[in-house]
Amino acid sequence: MLNKVDLSSEQADDTGKEFLVFTLANQEYGIDILKVQEIRGYDSQSVTRIANVPSFIKGVTNLRGVIVPIVDMRIKFNLENVEYNHQTVVVILNLASRVVGVVVDGVSDVLMLQPAQISAAPQFGTAFSTEYLTGIGTVGERMLILVDIEKLMTSSEMALVEQAALV
Amino acid sequence: MSAGVDLSQFYETFFDEADELLADMEQILLNVDIDHPDPDQLNAIFRAAHSIKGGAGTFGCFGLLADTTHLLENLLDALRQGELSLRKDMIDLFLETKDVLTEQVAAYRNSQEPDQQAYERICAQLRELALEHKGEAAQPGVPAAATEAASSVRAVAVEAEVGVLADAVGAANVAGAANVAAAGADLPLLVRIERIQPNDAKALLTEMGLLGEVLHHEEGADTLSVWLRTTCSADDLEAVCCFIVNADQVHVAPEAAPAGAVREAAPSEPEADSVGADAAEASGAARAPEAGHPLQAAPASKSDSPARPAADAARKPAKEGGTLRVGVEKVDQIINLVGELVITQAMLVQTASTLDPVEHDRLLNGIEQLERNARDLQESVMSIRMMPMDYVFSRFPRVVRESASKLGKQIRLTTRGQATELDKSLIERIIDPLTHLVRNSLDHGIETPEKRIAAGKDPEGHLTLSAQHSGGQIIIEVSDDGAGLSRERILNKAMQQGFPVNENTPDDELWQLIFAPGFSTAEKVTDISGRGVGMDVVRRNIQGMGGHIQLSSRAGQGTTTRIVLPLTLAILDGMTVQAGEEVFILPLSNVSESIQPTAEQLHSISEGDRVLHVRGEYLPLIALHEVFDVQGAQTEITRSIAVILQAEESRFALLVDHLVGQQQVVVKNLEANYRKIPGISAATILGDGSVALIVDVFALLRMTRNKTA
Repeated sequence: MLNKVDLSSEQADDTGKEFLVFTLANQEYGIDILKVQEIRGYDSQSVTRIANVPSFIKGVTNLRGVIVPIVDMRIKFNLENVEYNHQTVVVILNLASRVVGVVVDGVSDVLMLQPAQISAAPQFGTAFSTEYLTGIGTVGERMLILVDIEKLMTSSEMALVEQAALV
Repeated sequence: MSAGVDLSQFYETFFDEADELLADMEQILLNVDIDHPDPDQLNAIFRAAHSIKGGAGTFGCFGLLADTTHLLENLLDALRQGELSLRKDMIDLFLETKDVLTEQVAAYRNSQEPDQQAYERICAQLRELALEHKGEAAQPGVPAAATEAASSVRAVAVEAEVGVLADAVGAANVAGAANVAAAGADLPLLVRIERIQPNDAKALLTEMGLLGEVLHHEEGADTLSVWLRTTCSADDLEAVCCFIVNADQVHVAPEAAPAGAVREAAPSEPEADSVGADAAEASGAARAPEAGHPLQAAPASKSDSPARPAADAARKPAKEGGTLRVGVEKVDQIINLVGELVITQAMLVQTASTLDPVEHDRLLNGIEQLERNARDLQESVMSIRMMPMDYVFSRFPRVVRESASKLGKQIRLTTRGQATELDKSLIERIIDPLTHLVRNSLDHGIETPEKRIAAGKDPEGHLTLSAQHSGGQIIIEVSDDGAGLSRERILNKAMQQGFPVNENTPDDELWQLIFAPGFSTAEKVTDISGRGVGMDVVRRNIQGMGGHIQLSSRAGQGTTTRIVLPLTLAILDGMTVQAGEEVFILPLSNVSESIQPTAEQLHSISEGDRVLHVRGEYLPLIALHEVFDVQGAQTEITRSIAVILQAEESRFALLVDHLVGQQQVVVKNLEANYRKIPGISAATILGDGSVALIVDVFALLRMTRNKTA
C-alpha cells in the first residue's frame, strides 16, 4: 500500500526543507518554497481571458512587464465553492525558467519539515493524482499534502507548455 | 552599388562588421574541438573569412586585407570540406592571422597602410600550410644536413635569431611539425640564382617577397642572392623560382644574412664564420655578446621589430570609441524597461487627468514633460537596434558578379536606399530570402546578352535593389529588366502539376503560384536556382517576420518583387478594438479601412456564412466575438463596426463592437511563459496595466477557413 517516499529531489539532511503551505477546499498543501517567486492578491480585473482554452486557465496577467498565465487549481481539480474573495491569492511560481501564477484559496504558512516528518503519499483521497505527490508531511495535528508543483505544472494535462499543446 | 557612389561612407560599417566577424572567429577558434570539429563551427569561421574578404573586395581598396583573408578562406574551405584535418598548430596560425587581420582593419580604419611585414609573414605561413595541404609529399623540406653544417659560431647567430622570432612573432606560431624539424629553419634561407636576366631578377625578388620576409638581397652582374626569412621549405622556394628560371640555376640553403643587412645597410660578405662577429657588431653596443650570453644579441638583431610595437602604440589612440559593442539582450532589456516606463507614464496621465488643473498645475506640467521625455527615450532606444540596409545590400555586388560570370550574362547592379534602417533581428533574417530573390532574378529573370539584343534591349541586364520607408513599414524591392514571368509557361506547368487554374486565371493569382511549395518553371535546374524549393520558403520567412511579399511582372519588361516588412518586431502600430468587455489589438499594417455595415451590404451565402459587399467586392465576414468566444458582444451586425483586413492576398471583414483607437504597443511574447494561442500572435500591456492580445490576422483567416472547410 505504501509508496516509497521520493526524497531524491529533496535534500534529506538535518536542516530539512521549507514548504509554502496553501489551502484548497480546507485541505492544506505544501510546495517547495524555492519554487515560489512571490504571492499576490487575486484581481480578476487584471487577468485577460484567453479564448478556446480549458476553463482552469484563467488567462494572462501583467506581472511587472512579464506576461504570466494564471491557473485556477480549484477549477482544475473540480473543487466546490470556487469563489474569489479578499483571501484568494495567486502564488507566482518560477518553474523551469517559466513563470506561472496559481490561484489558491489562501496561503497560511511557511513550515520547515524534517525528513522524519515526511511519510509516503496515500494512493487516493486527494485532488491531485499521486503521480504529482511527494509525500505527506505531519506538523503537530496538521497534515500537509506535499506536491511536486514543477512536475504538475509542466505536465501535459495542465496544457501550459507548448509541447503538450494539442489544440 | 552603382558606379560613382562614394563608397567611403560605408567603410565604417564594413570595419565594424569586420571587427565583429573577427571577434566571432576568434571565439569559435578558441572553442573548437580540434579532434572532432563541429562542421557548423568550421562553416561559421569560413563564412566570417568569406564575408570579410567579400567586403574588402567590394571596396577594392583594402588589398592586403582581401589577400590575407583570401588565403585564410582557402584553407578554411579545405578544412570545411574535410580535405584537411584540423590541428592545434593550425588553430594557432589562424588565431595569429586573426590578430594580423584585426591590425589591418585598425590600420585601414585610421587611413593607414597596414604593416607590410606582418602581412607578408602571415601570408607566407598560410601559403605554406596550403602547400603542405596540396603536396604532402613535398614536405620534409629543410634538410637535416643544414643543422649539422651549423658551426658553433653560427649557433650563436641561430640562438639570436630564435630570440628575435620569439619576440617578434611569438614562439609558438609557426609550429608546423615538419617545419621545426631543423633548427636551421630559423636561419634565413639563401637563394642564389645564377645566369639571370635583370628583368627576371626583379620578378624573382618580388616573388620572394610574397613568400617571406626578404632580409637582404644582392644583385651581381648575372646573379641574385636573396636572404629570405620564410617558413617555406627550400624545395618550395626552388619550385617557385622554376617558374622563371631553370632548376639548375637555383641554389637554396639556410644561411645567416649578412648582419648589417638586417637593417638594409651596406652588405658585407656573407661568410658563415664571420656571421657571429657581425651580429655582435650589429648590436652596436659595447657589451658584445659572448657565446655564454647568446640572447643578449637578440635586441640588436631584432633591428626592425622594436619599431613596430611603438608604431602600434602610437596608432591605437588615434580613433577610439566610435562604436560600442553591446549584447543584444542588454539592448532588449532596455527596450523592455522603457516599454514599462511608457506604460507607467500612461497610467499617471490617466490618473492625473482627474485632478483639478488649477490646483495641481505644476504636477500636470511635470507629467506632460514626462510624457515627452518618455517618448523621446523610447524612440532613441529603439534606434539602437536599427541597422542600415547596406548591411544586407553590401553583399550583393559579389553575388551578382559571380553569378553573372557563371551564367555568361552581363548584369549591372544598382542599389538604392542603403541608409534605410531596419531592426537588427529583421535585417539578419532578410538576408536569405533576399539572396534567393536576387539569384532568381539573375538566373531566370535577366536573359543572356544574345537574347537581349534579339529582343532589342541593352545587352547589359539591370538589377535594382531598393529599400525605403513608408508609413511605419519598410519596402524592399528586387527588380530586374529581364524577360518577366511567362504566363504561358506558368500556366502550363501549373496545369501539369494539378493546380486549380485555367486560361482565365488572372495574372496576379497565377504569379502567386510561384510561391506555392514545389512549383518551379525553370526548364533546367542550375546550381543557382530552379529546384522549386525556395519561393515558398521565402514567403514563409517573410510572413514569419510579420511582412508580406508581392510580385508584379510584365512579359519582356521584367519582374519586381516587393517585400513589405514592419520596421521592428518589438513595437507594433496597432488598432485597439473592443468586443464586449474585451480589448484586442489589430496590427495596423493589416487594416485597410473600417466601415459601419448596412443591411443592404450584407449577404448570406450558406448557413451562417455571410459576406459584406463593399464597392463591388464581396468580403467574407468574421465576427471577432465568435472566434474568441466573447460574452456580451454586439450581435446586431449593422450596429457593429466592420474592420476590413488584408491578409496575404485576400481581404476579409472583421466585426467588432467599437474602435478604441490607434496606438503603438510594445509586443510581448506569449510563449515565454505560456504557449502559442490560436489566432493570437502576441500580447501587449495597455496603459491601465492590463494585458491585451494582439490578433494574428493571417491565422484568423486560416482558422475560419478550416472551420468552414
